Amino acid sequence: MAKKIFLLFACLYLVLPSMLLAQVNDPEKQYTAFDMRHNGKIYVVVSVILIIFTGIILYLIRLDRKITRLEKETK
Amino acid sequence: MSVPAREILHETIRNLYFHVCMWMSMMVLFTTSVIYSIKYLRSQNLRDDVFALNFAKIGILFGLLGYTTGAMWAKYTWTEFADASQIFTEPKLTGAAIALLIYFAYLVLRGSLTDIDKRARISAVYNIFAFAMLFPTIWILPRLMESLHPGKGGNPALNFDDLDNRLRIVFYPAIIGWTLLGVWITSLKIRIDLIKEKSLLNG
Repeated sequence: MAKKIFLLFACLYLVLPSMLLAQVNDPEKQYTAFDMRHNGKIYVVVSVILIIFTGIILYLIRLDRKITRLEKETK
Repeated sequence: MSVPAREILHETIRNLYFHVCMWMSMMVLFTTSVIYSIKYLRSQNLRDDVFALNFAKIGILFGLLGYTTGAMWAKYTWTEFADASQIFTEPKLTGAAIALLIYFAYLVLRGSLTDIDKRARISAVYNIFAFAMLFPTIWILPRLMESLHPGKGGNPALNFDDLDNRLRIVFYPAIIGWTLLGVWITSLKIRIDLIKEKSLLNG
């Protein structure tokens, strides 16, 4: 159990900083209309993070369902 | 954290921490998968087959995420200087698609065989061939051809002008982090499969 928690935190500590650091420091005012290119195209980065996040979460939900099915079978 | 200013890319240079890491983790997962396939062929232990299958599955998941994020990134960068015909014939895209399709075929092949030992053996051999095709399709071919993707014409790992040190500080830990996340999800799947096939493995 301690090993698992350690691994989880190792994941979090290595992945989360990269998310926090992916923020705008000096927004460029090259595009005036609000679109994905606004603020130096930072919203492209946001969308990329969202794609990865939803992808992994959907996969984990599928995994969760599999475990539930397995639990029912073993009962 | 500041990033180097680059034309066209602007802030999207930060996608390096996500998009590129997806592919790096995918490479690690596929490599582990092929190691377990070879291990299976040597030991004939079904446990190794379960490991190889699940590492390949999560590798495919990361590959798909890398592909989708790459499409998103390209939409806001390549379209500003390249025309559609250039983007559609982009060798890196085609190569990555072929590599992923080869790995889809690995799952299809497994699904189509019912005999457990035969399935494990044939898919282990197929996995080795799939891995052999992985490097030419996503690393070598795009560099031999005219490509829009960064990293063309040379080795980006050895080209020290390409990657700014400010990026490296975040990029390298991020690769390790994403890879560990992949390995963790894989270990969950392996444990489920091992419980499911307990009777087969021990009986």
